[in-house]
Amino acid sequence: MDSVLRAENISKSFGPIEVLSGISLDLRPGEVLAVIGENGAGKSTLMRILSGHLPPTKGSLHLNGQPITFSGPVDAEAHGIVLVHQEILLAPDLTVAQNLFLGREIRRFGFVDDKSMRERTRAILHELGTNIDPDREVSRLSIADRQLVQIARALLVPHTVVAFDEPTAVLTPIEAESLFEIIRKLRSQGVAVLYISHRLNEVKAVADRVTVLRDGRHIATRDIEGLEPLEMARLMVGRDMSKLYPEKPETASDQVVLTVRDMAVPGYVENASFTLRRGEILGFGGLIGAGRTELFEGIVGLRPGQGTVTLDDRNVHFRDAREAMAAGIVYLSEDRKGKGLLLQQNLRINLSLAALDKFGRGSFIDKGAEEKALDQAIKDFDIRTRSRDLLAGQLSGGNQQKLLLAKMMLLEPRIVIIDEPTRGVDIGTKEQIYRFIASLAAEGKAVVVISSEMQELIGLCHRVVVMRNGRVAGEVAQADLSEDAIVYLATGVHEERAAEIAAGHA
Amino acid sequence: MTETVLPTRAEKRKFKMDMRALSPFIALIVLIIAGALINPDFLTASNLLNVVTRSAFIAIIAVGATFVIAGGGLDLSVGSMAALTAGVMILTLNNLGGGDVGTLAIGLLAAIALGAACGLANGLIVTFGRIEPFIVTLGTMGIFRSLVIWLAAGGTITMRNFELRELYRPVYFGNIFGIPYPIIAFLVVAAIGALILYRTSFGRHVVALGSNEDVARYSGVPIWRVRTLTYVIQGICVGIAVLVYVPRLGSATPTTGLLWELQAITAVVIGGTALKGGIGRVWGTVVGAVILELVANIMVLSNFVSEFLVGAVQGAIIIIAMLVQRSVHRGR
Repeated sequence: MDSVLRAENISKSFGPIEVLSGISLDLRPGEVLAVIGENGAGKSTLMRILSGHLPPTKGSLHLNGQPITFSGPVDAEAHGIVLVHQEILLAPDLTVAQNLFLGREIRRFGFVDDKSMRERTRAILHELGTNIDPDREVSRLSIADRQLVQIARALLVPHTVVAFDEPTAVLTPIEAESLFEIIRKLRSQGVAVLYISHRLNEVKAVADRVTVLRDGRHIATRDIEGLEPLEMARLMVGRDMSKLYPEKPETASDQVVLTVRDMAVPGYVENASFTLRRGEILGFGGLIGAGRTELFEGIVGLRPGQGTVTLDDRNVHFRDAREAMAAGIVYLSEDRKGKGLLLQQNLRINLSLAALDKFGRGSFIDKGAEEKALDQAIKDFDIRTRSRDLLAGQLSGGNQQKLLLAKMMLLEPRIVIIDEPTRGVDIGTKEQIYRFIASLAAEGKAVVVISSEMQELIGLCHRVVVMRNGRVAGEVAQADLSEDAIVYLATGVHEERAAEIAAGHA
Repeated sequence: MTETVLPTRAEKRKFKMDMRALSPFIALIVLIIAGALINPDFLTASNLLNVVTRSAFIAIIAVGATFVIAGGGLDLSVGSMAALTAGVMILTLNNLGGGDVGTLAIGLLAAIALGAACGLANGLIVTFGRIEPFIVTLGTMGIFRSLVIWLAAGGTITMRNFELRELYRPVYFGNIFGIPYPIIAFLVVAAIGALILYRTSFGRHVVALGSNEDVARYSGVPIWRVRTLTYVIQGICVGIAVLVYVPRLGSATPTTGLLWELQAITAVVIGGTALKGGIGRVWGTVVGAVILELVANIMVLSNFVSEFLVGAVQGAIIIIAMLVQRSVHRGR
C-alpha cells in the first residue's frame, strides 16, 4: 500500500445532522480517483475535510502512512494538498499575476517583485496550455479562463494531491476536454488527483477509479475498467433512475398563456422568443451564463429588459416583481440564500413575505393566520424542521427550497418559473420537488423549469428551449429529448465531436 | 453538496436572542443601582423624572432612527435637521406674530411638515440617486446645519412673542398627574412606532429590506417606497422632537442639536437594533436613550469624570455596544 493520502472512517456532523458517516478511501500517486454522488451526498464535505477546510468529527487522515491532522487549508497546502474550488474565488480587479500570488507575493528588498511574478505566471499558464496575459484583469477573462487561473493558483504551491471540486460546471465540452488534458498531465507527473463530479461521462473519460457516495455513506469503490455510466448512476441513486421523475402530466395544451417576442436584457439576452402553454412544463437548458436566468428576470421586471410580453392576449410590461406577481407570475430564484429567503429570519416571516397582503387585518398583520399558514405549509410541503422558531438559514438546502416553494405558492400563481429547482438539494427531496412541479402542471398551471441538469430537463419537461450566448438556440420537442440534442444546441457541437475538436486544439 | 446546516441548538440560540433583547434592560438596572450607590440624590423621583424628560427628544428621534437602521439605512443629518426645523419653526411663529393657540398650531404643523420634507429629501436621494445613505445624509447634515446658521446670521433665533412663550412653555415643563408632557410624548411616539414596526406590513417590509434587499425585491416588496418612507418617518420624529425641545429654551442656535445623531444612533444600537439592518427594537431604543441620559446624569452627580466629557463617554458607549452586539451575534 503506497497510498499518499488515506482517510479512515471519516464522519462529519453539523449539530445533530450527520452528513458523512464512516468514509474510508485511499489515494495513490499517479492516479485519478473520482468521487461521485448526487447533490447532497457529501462529496464537497468530504473534499473539504481532505483539504483541511473542515475537521472531521470522527476518523483519521494519514499522509504517506503517518496520521495527520490539518489545522486549516493553509496547513494542508503546506503538506502538498491543494483544492481547486467549485466557485471562482479570485479578486476581479486584480490582474492574473496578482491573483496567482495573492497572499504569497514574491518580494524583493521588501517590495513586491512584479517582474518575476509575471514570469512565473506566464510559465505556469503555458504549462497548462494557455496563453492568458498575466497582466489582464481577471474581470475581463472568460469563465473558463478564470477557472484556469484558479487551477494555476492551486498548482503554484508544491503539490502531491490536487482535488478538483466540480470543475466543469461552468465549462463547455471543449473547455472541459482541455481541463482533462491538464489532469492527465498531472497524473503522469505522479500527482494524485481527486476528481469530484456528478457528470458520469466525464468521470468515465478521466478517472482511474471511482468512489461512490450516497447520503453521506460510502457505497462502492471500483476500477473504471468495466464500469459504465449507467452502473455508476445506479450506484449513486441506489435505485432505478427512472423512478426519480414522475409521469409527465398529460395536461400540456395548445392554449398559449404567455408569449415572449424579441426579448432583450442588455448585456445578457438578445432576441429571445418563446411561448408557454397552459398545463405544460417548459424546460430551459443551456450552459451556465447562457442568459436563462437573466431572460426570466427581465420578463418579471427584476432587471431592465425590452421586448413584447403577451399574457393571455394582453401586452404587459412589469416594472418590478410585485406587478408580475399581481398578474399571476412568480419567479423562484436559483440563488435561494441570496435572493429567495431571509436567512436571519424565522420560517413564519419568510413564508408570508411575498403574500403579506393576504394576512392583513385592517392595516395590521394577523399573526394567527400566519401561524396557520405555516402549519399548512409544513404539512403540504413536508418541510422538516426540528422547531418552528428556526431561522431559514438553519434549514437544509432541500427544506429551504420547500419553504421557498411554499412562500411563492401562497400567491396562487398561474405561471411558475423555477430556476435550478434542485440545486443543493438531496435526492429524496429532489423527488418530492419533481412530483410537486408535475402536480402544478396537472392543476393547469404553466411551469418553466430552468436547469443545468440535463437529466432533469429530460425527465421532467414537455419541451425544452435551449439558450446559447444570450440567444435562443432552439427547441427540443418531447419526442426528441436527449442529452445530445440539448448539448448540441447549448454548445453548437455534438458531445462526441467535442472531444475530437479539443484533441485537435490541444 | 452545498448543504449548510448551522450547528446551533435551538435552546441555545433562543437564550442568546433573548440576551439581545434583554441586555438594554439589564444595563438600565445596573446603571440605576450604580447611580444609587454613587449619590443618594440619584434615586429620587424628581431626579429620575428629570433624566427621562431630558432624554425625550433623543428618544423620539431615535424611534425614527430605529426604522431607518432596521431598514438597512442610516441618517446622520438628524441633529442638523432638528436645528433647522427649530429655527424655521421659531421664525414662522415670529412672523405670524400672534400669541394665540392658532398661531402656535401653525408653527407646530410647520415644524412637522419641514421635518417630513427633510426626511423625504434624504429618502428620495438615497433611493432614486442610489447613493450610500452615509454620504447622502452626511451631505444634508452640512446643508441643514449651514442653513440654520445662515437663517440665524450666526446668532440666535429666539421666540419674540412673550405671550406665545408662556402659552408654549408647559409643553416641556408641564405635567399630567405628575408625569411631564415630554415623557408622555415619547411614550406615545414609541408606542406608535412599535405598532407600525411590529404589526403592519410596512414594518415587516422594513425588516425584510434591512435583512436582505435582494430577497425583499424578489419577494415583490416595494423597496423604493419602503426605504423612502423610513426616512420620512425619521423626519417626522425629528419634527415631533423639536416640538418638545423648543419650549425648553425658546430659541435655536447654530449649536442646537449638535451630536444628536451620535446620541440617536447610539440609543438605537444599545437598544439591540442591528446596525446592518434586519432587526429593529423600538422599546430597546427607548431604553437606550434613557441609558445615555442616565450616564450623563451620573457623571454630573459624581465627580469621577468631568461632565464636559459626556460626548466622549457616549462615543465610547456606542463602540462598546457594537462590540457587545457582535459577540452576541457571533453565537448565532
